[in-house]
Amino acid sequence: MPHPDTWLCVRPEGLYCSPGNFFIDPVVAVPRAVITHAHADHARPGHGAVLATRQTLAIMDVRMGQGRAGGTQQALAPGETLTIGDVRVWMQPAGHVLGSAQVAIEHQGSRAVISGDYKRASDPTCAPFVPIPCDVFVTEATFGLPIFVHPPASGEVRKLVDSVALFPERTHVVGCYALGKAQRLIALLRAEGWERPVYLHGALIALCTLYEQLGVALGDLRPATGAHKADLAGAIVLAPPSAIADRWARRLAEPVTVLASGWMRVRQRARAKGVELPLVISDHADWPELLATLDEVGAPEVWVTHGAEEALIHAAQARGLRARALRLLGYGDDSAEEAPPN
Amino acid sequence: MIAFAELLDRLTLTPGRLAKIALLRRFFETEADPDRGWALAALTGELSFATAKAGLIRAVAEARVDPVLLGWSYDFVGDLAETVALIWPATTEAAPPSVTEIVEALRTRPKGELPALLTGWLDTSGPNVRYAVLKMITGELRVGASARLTKTALAEFAAAHGRVVAPDDVEEVWHSLTPPYQPLFDWLEGRSEAPDAAGAPVFRPPMLAHPLEPPDLAALDAAAYAAEWKWDGIRVQLVRAPGGQRVFSRGAEDVSAAFPDLDGVLASDAVLDGELLVVRDGAVAPFADLQQRLNRKTASAKLVRDFPLRVRLYDILFDGAEDVRALPFPQRRARLEGWMARHPSDRLDLSELIAFGSIDELAAIREGTRAASIEGLMLKRLDSPYVPGRPKGLWWKWKRDPLTIDAVVMYAQRGHGKRSSFYSDYTFGLWRDDGELVPVGKAYSGFTDEELVKLDRWIRNHTVKAYGPVREVERGLVLEIAFDAAQFSTRHKSGVALRFPRVARLRWDKPFEEADRLETLLGHIARQA
Repeated sequence: MPHPDTWLCVRPEGLYCSPGNFFIDPVVAVPRAVITHAHADHARPGHGAVLATRQTLAIMDVRMGQGRAGGTQQALAPGETLTIGDVRVWMQPAGHVLGSAQVAIEHQGSRAVISGDYKRASDPTCAPFVPIPCDVFVTEATFGLPIFVHPPASGEVRKLVDSVALFPERTHVVGCYALGKAQRLIALLRAEGWERPVYLHGALIALCTLYEQLGVALGDLRPATGAHKADLAGAIVLAPPSAIADRWARRLAEPVTVLASGWMRVRQRARAKGVELPLVISDHADWPELLATLDEVGAPEVWVTHGAEEALIHAAQARGLRARALRLLGYGDDSAEEAPPN
Repeated sequence: MIAFAELLDRLTLTPGRLAKIALLRRFFETEADPDRGWALAALTGELSFATAKAGLIRAVAEARVDPVLLGWSYDFVGDLAETVALIWPATTEAAPPSVTEIVEALRTRPKGELPALLTGWLDTSGPNVRYAVLKMITGELRVGASARLTKTALAEFAAAHGRVVAPDDVEEVWHSLTPPYQPLFDWLEGRSEAPDAAGAPVFRPPMLAHPLEPPDLAALDAAAYAAEWKWDGIRVQLVRAPGGQRVFSRGAEDVSAAFPDLDGVLASDAVLDGELLVVRDGAVAPFADLQQRLNRKTASAKLVRDFPLRVRLYDILFDGAEDVRALPFPQRRARLEGWMARHPSDRLDLSELIAFGSIDELAAIREGTRAASIEGLMLKRLDSPYVPGRPKGLWWKWKRDPLTIDAVVMYAQRGHGKRSSFYSDYTFGLWRDDGELVPVGKAYSGFTDEELVKLDRWIRNHTVKAYGPVREVERGLVLEIAFDAAQFSTRHKSGVALRFPRVARLRWDKPFEEADRLETLLGHIARQA
């Protein structure tokens, strides 16, 4: 059996599968790309042929504009198998955002699984992570330090609802990433019984509309831009993290600054960002989830793509696994001024 | 402990001063003695333990979690207490210890028992409580509530019990009290009289001056005032009582340990008010020299030798045990001179009185001096008693007209609180002879709200590069910067440090090439030296 080392390697463009002649989540435009999910650091515009889940392709179209999300597109359903060159490829949900999938690749009897970004906590807006036994597991490590333990998201959202009850005259402006986090927050709010409208920054509207078209019900959504200050008193407004302390937020009524992110676990970090109500809600696996996943997939070898690689490698080695960093560049830094999507 | 942990969490995240006071007040109202007293000690930085220190925390954490992962986590978080609070493996939250239980154990139990005790506490607590427990050991809460803010909350707490207590009243007894402050709470809640501070070297809130603006100047009656130089040092209060000698900062902090060269400087009991300066051969050194002695816990023999301190005295609050604050200024001055004559010291001198006949004459004196160590003049009403706080019309500070330079904006940074969406802090520079623009200072005040909106827009539209919260901007905007003094400094690339720089005017009209040159500023400093 050829070790995946011999047919899966890192090139400047990204992770490359030679017997299949395609890249997985390449950071520049390539002829053939398999995309795990539609966050901008994983899904870049301009590829020739793109293979991804139906939802990921739809999100890429909305974000990049028709025609820029791959010259040709091919959708793969979960579990559906495809032979590309000398490899067998299939996908299973990663539980990260709608459409997010792990890519399993088999070549001459050895199997590698590229998880993309993933989480294990429940999320009403996307299918849950399915562990796939494999020989090499390629994992992220965004929250790869033992200080990161995400509490149940429902409890965090309840804090937001409680705060609105406590300050009914103030706008609660929640900083959250436009793809995934925003829709998950809305769904969690609905699950907590929040029936009132949720107001959206313009940057979030298109993806919320698409989620609804793809069958994720989000309830009464309204644009925040153009709304009267009086209507926004006591309202919940979602906006990209970069907007909550910027000019855009000046239109809100005495805003309570809320940020939904796994980084909010560190209180002094929340304080430094001027966040009044930090919500520890993340779409990435926390430390216990990362370790539990390594145990479940049972791979004797782990490759770490991005995040706090050294700590996860250290912990994997302590479990008797072979582990190394892939040192892929370009992930987790979407834009200079914004925190990585989480 | 849960209530205290929750208080710390809320204080950390609440930006507003009034909201913080309300949180503190509610905590004092709902918590029992002596828990709230020990919590108060933690909040005011008065809690410390002989054996429980950061090393204990590190040892206990390394015994429980992988030291390598602990180290990396600490690098990420940057605070030991928070790192350990977060990394501690979750266990069932049984019954977290009370504040009192923790304090008493840390004070009385032998050192060898502490690791097991601390481990037990961390095991029975959630992350917030763990954080609070660990912060009680490390001190430095970093929750944005100063000792003064906490005392203000105590005064408001007393008001809810029908006691009329000012924050200054709390201040006057504070340094005679020790944790857990039972007599303080008895007093604030109306169960007893104010604690008796007699014999203890306590801080007395100082009398402060108002800036003298043109309308007040016009109405000033020269014959009713005494004048002194306004020295550019830091205000200190020297206190000696049967209970010992202390040096307090203007903000009521006991800074005695930082100035060992002032130990025993008062030869008999008194409370004296003056300016702390570095003085060499009778000449006052620039503020930058004094700065070498500030914000330190202690001072080495070398620092003491290289930066010799002197306190220039200008008032007396207690002469022996006698409270003389109600006496008018000339009588207090006579008392001060008398005290000095009886207790001379080479580390004390008197701030001289300036003779003048008219306000015009005084104005000429004020304009005539350019020594860096003098900020301007102080005017003190002859019939004024020593009143804590900032009563209007009794003491005036009449600063020299500021110096100005036209400087080019180089970087901008976002402000805090209400200004967090505005680029409101500006680093400005001057031209060097070789054509390079070098930063000489930072200003974040002096403009109106409307001007701020325009400045903010200009910064956004002329950004060259962003480094997190900082933006580098194109050369293009000139600010007229006012400042009180300029000194040589090795801490800045330009070699210059400005005192109190602020924006005097926005010079949209001025071409940036015509902004001032660094050499002009250096020449000014050389002339005044």
